[in-house]
Amino acid sequence: METKDFKYIIFLSILVLLLTAANIYFGSVSIPASSVTDILMGNEAEKESWTYIVIQSRIPQAITALMAGAALSVAGLMLQTVFNNPLADSSILGISSGASLGVALVMLGMGGSIITSDITIGGFLSVIAGALTGAIAIMSVILFLSTLIKNNIMLLIAGIMIGYITSSAISLLNFFSTAEGVQSYLSWGMGSFSGISLYQLPAFCSTAVTGLVISVLLIKPMNALLLGVRYAENLGVNIKRTRNLLLLSTGILTAVTTAFCGPVSFIGLAVPHISRLLLGTSNHNILLPVTALCGAAMALLCSIICIIPGESGIIPVNAVTPVIGAPVIIYVIINQKKIGYFN
Amino acid sequence: MRNITSNIIIEAKGLNIGYKSRKTTTTIHTGLDFKLFGGQLTCMLGPNGTGKSTLLRTVSASQPPLEGSLRLLGKSISEYSEKELSRHVGLVLTEKTNAGGLTVRQLVGLGRQPHTGFFGRLSKQDEMIIDYALEATGISHKADEYTSQLSDGERQKAMIAKALVQECPLILLDEPTAFLDAVSKMEIMTLLHRLAHKEGKAILMSTHDIEQALVMADSIWLLTPHKGLSYGTTEDIILSGKMDTLFPGSDISFDLLHGGFSPTVKGKRSIILYTDNQILRHWTQNALNRYGFLCMESDSVLEYTKLPELHIYSPTNIILKYKENSYNASSFAQLIEIIEDVFHE
Repeated sequence: METKDFKYIIFLSILVLLLTAANIYFGSVSIPASSVTDILMGNEAEKESWTYIVIQSRIPQAITALMAGAALSVAGLMLQTVFNNPLADSSILGISSGASLGVALVMLGMGGSIITSDITIGGFLSVIAGALTGAIAIMSVILFLSTLIKNNIMLLIAGIMIGYITSSAISLLNFFSTAEGVQSYLSWGMGSFSGISLYQLPAFCSTAVTGLVISVLLIKPMNALLLGVRYAENLGVNIKRTRNLLLLSTGILTAVTTAFCGPVSFIGLAVPHISRLLLGTSNHNILLPVTALCGAAMALLCSIICIIPGESGIIPVNAVTPVIGAPVIIYVIINQKKIGYFN
Repeated sequence: MRNITSNIIIEAKGLNIGYKSRKTTTTIHTGLDFKLFGGQLTCMLGPNGTGKSTLLRTVSASQPPLEGSLRLLGKSISEYSEKELSRHVGLVLTEKTNAGGLTVRQLVGLGRQPHTGFFGRLSKQDEMIIDYALEATGISHKADEYTSQLSDGERQKAMIAKALVQECPLILLDEPTAFLDAVSKMEIMTLLHRLAHKEGKAILMSTHDIEQALVMADSIWLLTPHKGLSYGTTEDIILSGKMDTLFPGSDISFDLLHGGFSPTVKGKRSIILYTDNQILRHWTQNALNRYGFLCMESDSVLEYTKLPELHIYSPTNIILKYKENSYNASSFAQLIEIIEDVFHE
């Protein structure tokens, strides 16, 4: 790794740490910084409710945001590389709505509505399984369509169409759901990093880390895939194995975040571009770790912006991510010729 | 002296090529026999749709032969693993790549993937091989520029460098000179010829640039829909008259003297050319053919025929003699005016 690249890794790691701390020190309920430090040190706080808020709510929320940001961004990066498409990501290609449908089916099958809090580990695993099945099913359809549709933009539109179909399936499910269920579905759909309790956190993190580890296995073949499938094949890349691992990895990453944070948009789309612009390279050896760190930082930042209203409430995540993400995409589209990463 | 014909890289016997889908088999060519030798640049010529790409894909083991034997260094190509193949066959295609965000050095470095470890990290030795390939392809001055900033010709050179660092005995190129300007075409051909001779590689490329191919190729493959594959040393192919089988039934024919295809000359009139200069003769013919004249040699014409005579002393001194009259032209533009005047009916 070059020293310049190493500096980015150090800088971003520090940024992620600072943002994580900020997420723990600030919240919609204002708690003095000294008390938060006390709580983190394991000491008694002035109010017992403060300890509860920091340990049971802020810490899980910060870690969830960190992991979800990294997971979504890495999934976006892999999709952009594999489809050779700067506008690919799991929400545009309909993969996250596939995951949502899987979650909805499992939830209704378990007799409840689409609420993701207060469920057991067994329930947690079946929700992930449902989301994963949905995500991988849609991803397979997209991969199949990509063999028929050679035009990148047309493939994106096909993905959006599939997203609509799954969304209407979810609406149908909602129709048969209780009013309570619809309410919780709507708030879930707006995205939130607060849906995971401390108790569920290890399962969430280990699933996300599994997806990230598989993505690391794909670094070398993804570099070869920058040259296109035929060149990659000629360089000894096993295309079938690579596609399957990719399906699994993006499936896991999309499924686990969508199931518990809702369909968070724009992070997976914009962060890989921010990382490329920052590094000035498409080389995945450095691009993948930087994308993961940037994604974590971005999600943590959005999470902080969400609590700006203070006591009066929390802004939904999906109201914040487009404001940061969309300008990046527009910038990339306008400067496509000059930037040239996809030329 | 090294015996070139003992250095067989590829040998095919009774090869049938084509596509197999679940229901149907489409055979494109049957019973192909050929060899490729190390140290030789071979150019494959053929009209569009004759299966040049299919043949290249078969030789690169991207698709299996339908029948027959295809041996790479004496071993059947189907016995090679993916990894082994990536170290034996290097590919250069015209396909669009998305490597614009890599520097030329990084792009060429991807060619080391068959030799590197899990993350594809490059060792000192790998870097030396890359340096050498950048130098050999004449692209080292662009090594640190982004691939997106290269011209088409430079990009093709970078892809050839990529194939070179794969360290394969065989390099296959699918129309590497398509879309290039005349200078780049010739540069790429010269480069490939040099690599074949200097590095002892067997290089097979398909191309539509017949004139350049006939200059630079050590041997020629002619792939035609009806006659299959004919191959041989370039001059043997040309002088056996096989070039005319390339586009049968079309209105163009091979010009043996100049090594290119031109429209078949159909003249309604004849004219006798008098000149000592071969260059003047050639270009005068070129002009007269365009205006429907067949040009004759003075000694091939019987005395009593009263054909027009054209004496070319220099490009600015041309005299046309016809029916007792004599016309002077000081340029080809004038000559053409005169001809249109005199022979207008």
